[in-house]
This record gives sequence, C-alpha cells and structure tokens, in this order.
Amino acid sequence: MTSTTATVERERRGFDLRRFARRHGWTIGVYMLLLVLALYWRSSTNLPWGPFDVQSLAIDALPFAFAAMGQAAVIISGGIDLSVGSLMSVANVVAAKYMVHMSFREALLFSLLIVLGGAVAGALTGAVIVVTRVADIIVTLAMLFVWAGVALAVLEVPGGGTPLKYQNLVTLDTVGTKWLPKALPIVVVAYALLWLTIRRVRPGLALYAVGSNRGAAYLSGINVAATRIGAYALGGCFSALGGLALTAASGLGDAHSGDIYTLNSVAAVVLGGVSLAGGVGGLIGPLAAAFVLTLVKTTLIIKGVDQNWAQVIQGTLIVLVVMIGGLAIRQRRQ
Amino acid sequence: MSSETTAHPETPPQVAAPDSRFRQGRRLLGDNPAIALTFVFVALFVATDIINRAQEGRPFLTLAQVSTTLLFAAVLGLLSAGQTLVMLTGGVDLSVATTATAAAFMISSYGAHGSLVAILIALGVGLGVGVVNGSGVAVFRVNPLIMTLGISTVTLGLLTVYSQHRFASLVPSFVNKMGSERFFKYIPYDLFVWAPVAALIILGLRYSGIGRMIYAVGDNPAACRLAGVRTWQILLFVYAACGILSAAAGILLVGFNDAADLAIAGPFLLPSVAAVVIGGTSIFGGAGGYSGTILGALILTVLDSLLTILNASPALKQMLYGAIILALAALYARAVSSD
Amino acid sequence: MSLLEARDVAKEFGPVVALRSANLKVDAGEVHALLGANGAGKSTLVKILTGVLRPDRGRVEVGGKAVSVSSPARAARIGLAPVFQDPALVPDLTISQNLRLTRASVTAVRRELRAMDLDVDFSELAGDVPLPLLRMIDLARALTRDPQLLLLDEITAALPSDLAERVVHVMRNWRERGRSVLFITHRLAEVIATCDRATVLRDGRDVGTLVPTEGGERKIVEYMLGPEAAAAEARAIQLDVDAAPASTAEMEKRPAALEVADLRASRIDGVSFTLRPGEVLGIAALEAQGQDDLFGVLSGQRRADAGEVRVGGRPLRARHPYDAIRAGAVLVPADRLLALLPQRSVRENIAAPRYNRFQRWGPIHLRDERRRVGDAIDSLQIDTRAARQVRRLSGGNQQKVTIARWLASGFQTLLCFDPTRGIDVGTKRQIYGLLRRLADDGAAILFFSSELAEFPLVCDRVLTLYGGQLTAELPGAAADEASLLRAMHGLVPEQAAA
Repeated sequence: MTSTTATVERERRGFDLRRFARRHGWTIGVYMLLLVLALYWRSSTNLPWGPFDVQSLAIDALPFAFAAMGQAAVIISGGIDLSVGSLMSVANVVAAKYMVHMSFREALLFSLLIVLGGAVAGALTGAVIVVTRVADIIVTLAMLFVWAGVALAVLEVPGGGTPLKYQNLVTLDTVGTKWLPKALPIVVVAYALLWLTIRRVRPGLALYAVGSNRGAAYLSGINVAATRIGAYALGGCFSALGGLALTAASGLGDAHSGDIYTLNSVAAVVLGGVSLAGGVGGLIGPLAAAFVLTLVKTTLIIKGVDQNWAQVIQGTLIVLVVMIGGLAIRQRRQ
Repeated sequence: MSSETTAHPETPPQVAAPDSRFRQGRRLLGDNPAIALTFVFVALFVATDIINRAQEGRPFLTLAQVSTTLLFAAVLGLLSAGQTLVMLTGGVDLSVATTATAAAFMISSYGAHGSLVAILIALGVGLGVGVVNGSGVAVFRVNPLIMTLGISTVTLGLLTVYSQHRFASLVPSFVNKMGSERFFKYIPYDLFVWAPVAALIILGLRYSGIGRMIYAVGDNPAACRLAGVRTWQILLFVYAACGILSAAAGILLVGFNDAADLAIAGPFLLPSVAAVVIGGTSIFGGAGGYSGTILGALILTVLDSLLTILNASPALKQMLYGAIILALAALYARAVSSD
Repeated sequence: MSLLEARDVAKEFGPVVALRSANLKVDAGEVHALLGANGAGKSTLVKILTGVLRPDRGRVEVGGKAVSVSSPARAARIGLAPVFQDPALVPDLTISQNLRLTRASVTAVRRELRAMDLDVDFSELAGDVPLPLLRMIDLARALTRDPQLLLLDEITAALPSDLAERVVHVMRNWRERGRSVLFITHRLAEVIATCDRATVLRDGRDVGTLVPTEGGERKIVEYMLGPEAAAAEARAIQLDVDAAPASTAEMEKRPAALEVADLRASRIDGVSFTLRPGEVLGIAALEAQGQDDLFGVLSGQRRADAGEVRVGGRPLRARHPYDAIRAGAVLVPADRLLALLPQRSVRENIAAPRYNRFQRWGPIHLRDERRRVGDAIDSLQIDTRAARQVRRLSGGNQQKVTIARWLASGFQTLLCFDPTRGIDVGTKRQIYGLLRRLADDGAAILFFSSELAEFPLVCDRVLTLYGGQLTAELPGAAADEASLLRAMHGLVPEQAAA
C-alpha cells in the first residue's frame, strides 16, 4: 500500500481564533467579568477616586491571588490542598516575628527562605499523601490543623513587624505611573517564574497528565508519585508567597490571617475554569478569579454594604460557584 | 462495564510485611475498637490522676471528676454524633461548630420568649444549616468538605452581622440547668439529652432501614445505586440530622457557659472529627459506629484535662489533634488494605 | 533464538486467577498472534510483559536473559513498545504536548504518520481527536521508539477497516525490518492474513502454538474452545439442570415480560426483541458491541436515546435503577464490586434493596428479614462462614450474594450481565442450575456471557449482537460455540452458508 494520495500540508497554520476561543473561552469570560466589575466599581462611587483605590484593591487581592494559584497547581494535578490557608498563616507569622529587626535586604533573603520552606512543607504534605495513600482531602485537612497549630505556636497573639520598605513593596511602591502598584508586577513575575517555566517543560506537562488520567500517565512512563509531590511543593511555594504578601500588606503577623484563603482559593480555582476533577485549566484564570472575588467584596463595601454583610455575600457567591462547578462536573461525566 | 479493567497504576502493591506485633495491634484496633478504646480511656484517666497528684497534690480519679468528664463530654459527644453519621456516609461536616454557635446565639437571643421557643428556634436553625449542606452535597455533588466549610463561613458571617444588631440577652434557666447542673450531685443533667440520643443512634444505625442505608452509601455508593437506593435522599437526611444534633450540642454548651459569643463552639470542630476517627469509624465511610465515637469523645475530654494540667498551649492541642487524625487515618487505611 | 519469552507466568487478583501458567515465545522477525476467548488471560499477560502488572510467578526473558519488567518505562528501555486499546494519551494536552511528555520526537511521529498516509493536526487537544486516530498516533509514537517488539493489544477492535488495513501494513513492514510484532486481536481474519504463528490461551494457560495459515479459522476456534473439556463440562452441568425448558409454542402465549423496540443508546443502534416469562434469552457479543449499553438502559443506569422498553406490558423510562427495580427488572452485574457493600455482612448485603424506599426507613422487621435472607441463602447454598464482611467471601459466593438479594426482594425480569465471570466451575454450575430453575418458576431472564459454552446450557434462545445491532437468532440447543463465534463476528451462520 504505497501512499499515492496527496497529503494536505496543515503544519504551519496561522492563529486559529475559533479554537483559541473554544479552548480559552472560560478564561476570557473571567477577564471580561473582571473588566465589567472594574468599570462598575469605578462608576459606583461619586467620591474622588484615584490611584489609592487601585492600590488598596491590589493589596487585598495579592494574597488571594497567590492562594488561588497555589491551589490551582495542586488541583490541576488531581489533588486538593486544604492546608493552603494555614500554611499562609505560618509564613505570615514566621515572617512577621523574625523580620522585625531585619534590614530590608535581610528581609528579602529571609522571604526567599520562607518560600523554600513553603515548598518543603508542601512536598511533605504530598509525600504523606503518596506514602500513606490516605485521600488528599483528609491529609490536607489534618495538615490544615497542624499548620494552624504551628502558626499559633509561633505567634500566639497578633504582632511582629517588618522593615517599612518591605511593606512599601506592596502598599506604596508603584511602577512608572502611580496607577500601577508594585503588587501587580510581583504577581506577574511569580506567575512567570513559577508557572510559565514549569508549564513548558516535561514535569509541567506531567502535572496535567497525572491530573487528567493517572493510569494513562503511568503508562506513558511518568513518575506519578514524584509529580504529585511536586504539585504540592509548588502549591506550598505559592502559599508561602501568599503569607508573605499578607505580612507585607498588614505589617503584622496573625496566626489566623490565612484562614479564609483555604475556601476562597478553591472557589477562585473553580471560577477560574480549573476543573476540580483535575487535568484542565491553568493558573491565569484563577488569578483573575481572585481579583473578581476581591472586587465583588470591595464594590459591595463601596456601595454602602456593611463589611460583614459583604463577607456573607461573598461567601454565598463562593458556595454558589462551587455548587455550579459540581454540577458542571456531573454534566461532563454524563 | 468493560471487561478490560485498566490496571491500578500508582505503585505496585506494598510488599514489605509489617512486623507482626504491629499488625496484631492493628487487628485489635480494627476489629474491636471498643475494647481497645475503653482500655485507652481508663489508662488515660489513671495517668491523669498520677500527674495531677504529682503536680497539684490532688487526685483526679474521683467520682466528682468522672461526673465532670461526663458533663464536659456531652457537648463533644453530641457534636461528634452528627459527625459520625456524616462520616459513615464517607463525608465530613466542617460546619458543626458554627451550627452549634448559631444555636447558642438563638438560645440567648430568644431566651426571653421562654426556653421551649428558644430551643425550637435553635434546633430549627440547625436543621436549616443541615438541609443547605445536604442539598449541596447530595444534589449538587459538591465535595462535602468544601460545601460545609463554605456554609460554615457564610453562617459565621451571618452570625457576626446578627450579633451586631441583636445583643445576646439571657440564657433561660432551664437550658442553663441542663447544661451545667447535676442531678443527685453526680449525674449531669445533660446526660438526659445525650444518653437517649446515643441510644437512638446506636440502635437506629443497626436496626432501622435508614441506618442500614447510611452504612451502605458510605461503603459503596455505586452499589447503592444499583440496589435502587437514591443516595441523595440518604445524604440529605444525614446532613440534616447532623445539623440538628450540632444545634443540640450548642444548646447544652450555651447552658454551660451561660452566655453566647462567636467563638463559643469553635474549639470543638477538630475534636468532633478526631473523636469519630478515634472511635474507629472509617474516614471513607461504611464502617464504624457511634459507640466508638462516645469513647473517642470521652478520651478526648480526659486528654484535654490532662493537657490543661500540663499547661499545654491551644497551639499544641491543635497540632496534636491534627496529628492524631492523620496517624489514625493512615493506620485504619493500612488495616483495610492489608487483609 | 527467541526474542521474547514468557515462562510459566501466573497472576492472581484475590480469589480470581487471571493467569495460571502461561508460556509464550516470540521469535525475531515474526508477527505473532496472541489469541483466546474473553477472560483467557491475554490482557493480563500483555500487562505483565509491558510492566503494568507484576507476575506472582514465572519469568520474562528477552534475548535469552531474564529481565524484570518493573514498570512501563522499564519495558520501553528493553525494547518493548505497547499500543493499547485505550490510547495512553492525556486528553487535556495537545498531541504535541503528549509527545513531548513521553520524550517522543514530534517530527519522527509525523513522519511515521505520513508513512501511514495520515495527516494530523498536532496542536489539537488529544481529547478532541477521534479515538481511532488517537490509536494511530499512539502506534506511530511506539514505532518511533524503534522497538525490538511491538505489542498491539486489540488496537484494531473498533477501528474502521481502512485504518485497520494500515495497521496490518505497519505490522508487515515491521517484520520486513527484522523486528517482531505481538498482535492481540479478536479478528481471526486478520490473524490468518498477517500472522506467522499464533499462541492460544485458554483459562489462564497456553494451549498451543500454531501456524494460522495451516488449518485456518476452524483450528484456531478449536484451540480457543478446547472441545473435549468443554463437552465434558457441558455434560456435567446438564445433569444439574433437571427440568426441560417449556416448549416454544407454550411460551409464545404468555404475555411478554420485557419488550424492547428499536432501542438506540450510544453504541446500541436499533435493537428489538421480546423476552417472555419462563424464558432465558441469551445475548452473545464480542467485546464492546453495545451489550453494556443495552443492559445499562434496561437496568435504569443510563437513558436511551430513542426506542421503547416495556416491562410487564408497561412502558419503562427509567431515570434511576430504582425505577427499573420497581418495575421488576433487576441487574446482576459482572463486576461484583459494583454491586456489593464490601465491608458489610452477607445479611445486610442481601437485604439492602429492601430499604431503598423512604417508606422503609423505619425500624426493621427483624424476623421477616431473617426469614427472607435465610431462604435466599439456602436456595443459593451460600457459604456463610465468612459472613461478617462480604469482601472476605470468595468470588463465587460474592456473586451468589448479588443474586440472592433479588431473590429476597422479588423481581420479574433478571438481567444477568456476565454473572459467572471469574468464578470457579462448581459455582458456575450452581448458577446455571439456579437460572434455569428461576425461569421454570416463571421468571424472565436476559443473559449475557463472555463464555460461549454457557449459552447452550442456560438459554432457550440466543441473540447475537454485533456493532450495536442484532445479527442472528439461534435456538439455545443450536447455539454451539462455532456458530456463535461466527455470528458474533458478523459472519453468516454455518448452516445458512452451506
């Protein structure tokens, strides 16, 4: 059977807009939503409005964004990490406790150490899951409490501090224009360093493979255990970054500062188009979703809604998002 | 139903044989948790007695202390009763503490309307939270941990708002008496709530249709479906029951404390899970029961006294509870996979 | 010298013996077929050779040296490249990402595909590429590893004929290059046309190696069935079945228990038949011909796309197995783990369907339950020594429990999907006898089995399903395995052809 039929050359095809839209439709939608919300937020107040508002939004969203990205990395690999929140608290209190008397440069180096520590802590969680074969959700639930205890042990009452310049990193410093708080480039750099690089190489692909179909991944010769541990380590990195962001934003350490981020991160991941079943999505969607959810609360408060009510409404929205996500998984299975 | 089942990837089955004494211990724990747990409970009580004598120069092993332990354990016992039901179906309810707090708030704010009204409202709130949890888990198939954690956050937020508008006034004397006083000097009144509930749950799990189905859903949901069981009904029931039981725990708790605040039941969340796990109920559902949980609650209550005597920080307690859950989950998981 | 040799390989899964003692020898430069009926152990042997499973016993040799194939990655390093029926491609990654994941060269794969006259857009997500094409990509990927031995595990099943032809072409090319192919298939025509030698497995053992062109189909089928053994077993079983089936004419008069009219659902493409009380109706089919979907629809596990199902004369549109059970149609699945509550007792398992209604949530009538469960246990002779946890029972006893629960709760139509898979001969015999007895007592039974020898023993009539459609109807007595095999492959029954 010799090939006589002419094969159509489809190798160098241009940018396929329709396919891009189909594949990334959800993410695009989240960014549209973010844009609409931002416009609404801008128009919903008569008060003078300036760079300060953008900055306070960025400060609020920064830890959330890191938590969401960390959670996304784990969920893409087919797991789930409920210890995100308390690991953030640990990073927060450790940073605040020891940075008080440090110079700015020392504080930066110390931050690097904490991020590494976060990776180790995440890897530990992953290793426990792989070795004991207890479900991810149980192990990370137990770790949630263990880290919460550690955070309390480090700093029982809120306190500590950081060099002023460290706080300025996210609260005051801007890049170029006053409208671009440094918090945003920090997120983007972290995203690019920790994710874009990994996404392009084999271990990053393995993350998707393991999350998508562990059996197929194993048959493709992938080290499933190492990949899962790696995903948790990556999640730990992001959690630590989130904790540092909390420290920089508040200048304080508080053992409960990370509590809300466990659930919020899961919601942002779902809203960001990452399937809880694993294997699908990226970090860019959850990143935007974290900003969306922060904006919802900020807008409500601007509209005169009581702070606590805003929290309740945000929480309800989060539960609804997760419920719809659950339905979506069901639909997909059918 | 394809006949070519895909192989279990992960790693090949464990080859290393654990040493036999360890395995025996595991067997004992797995097959007959009640005996082992009673032993642990007594041993712990005696150890606490010895330490208390050494540190404070007072005995701990007294009738009064036993009575106090029961009094304290009732709240945890009721909270972990709901938790047991939920965990038997393979889920977990992280909103039990918040639900109890909400019930406590209802009692103190409606106390003026009489204790019956207050109690009914409190139980109604518990039922409401349970039904919301249940419909999320049963109908929308949200992961139970996430659903209940979310509902817990929302409920706590609502309570915060509520507490700003309506000040907790007074706890009715009946509730107060139930939660803190004793009958004949040694029998806590809350036992009159806990004991019947415990009997109902233990017997109901064994001798009622719903009890059987709770085990069945936890053991193998796919098989339940094939047997015609509509699993959502069972799950909804279980979460609703858990809500009511949590509310009952909250009522006793506010009776004991004589005032409600937003953090009243928070510290009980983790012990409620730990008590169930200690009691031998499988974290994946389908096996276990409430009698083990009762012992788990008693053990944790004594452990708490011991840690208090030893001056342990809340942080240490928290870590310890987390570690206990993890260790026991791993142990029971191995017990299941080894035979 | 042989390229690959498996010696005395055995593998058990709990109480189920998948491979008893299998030997296989593949020479360099040959296309070797591995054949066997469903459950003969082909897949297990392939999984052992490719490092997915570890054997309990026996060894694998490559080029005369014993090797330990501990993982798929290891298998690849010693020159074995498998292509499975389910392509090992991650659906959520693009084709080129998938290739990079396994360190395959994109250009080399593209070259192989082009040699097969295929053009694939590598930037598509694997999940968006049709399954047949994915298999071809998987094959191309395996070829780029330049393996000594290519293992093709049923990849031509459900491939359109033009693609299947290309696979055959690839195998021939591979042989010309002095390499070897191990080809696992159900399609005997392909074996005869392509393979140099064939090893036949039966019941976990290799029963012989033959040259397919000498003797052809007939000889292969004979090897697969093991004529004497099957006949002997048949005689033994017949002794247990005392009552003779009701006569056809008498049966026709009874109102239908189950009527299926032009049913369509995923693989099922217009199936109609009638099942009457007192009748055991067999459904024979190769793998993945739509039998799963048929039983799934009838038992309420999935919905039909079109067509009608009537149970006991009333139309049934089951949205949940509960609806089917209420209508009287109950399922005994092949995979017992799908039906049982492994940690619960035999009694709770058997009684479970009784409590599937809200009205039964209350206290249990213990005496009634004990009686019904006891009756069911007695009539099935369940060994209740390990009754505290069903998972500790043997496979046969577990399967009896799944049947017993329906005896205890009542039914009209029993849907048996391969009820004897992986259980011992003695228990099988009891189950055949039970099914006959139930039918004689007026139950209607729909029976699918992957073991062809069972059909003449149990069934009054047998329908064969091929490609989602019914292709033939045979009277139970005439449903010998040779005729069934032909009809199941979509070929005309021998009598008609002659």
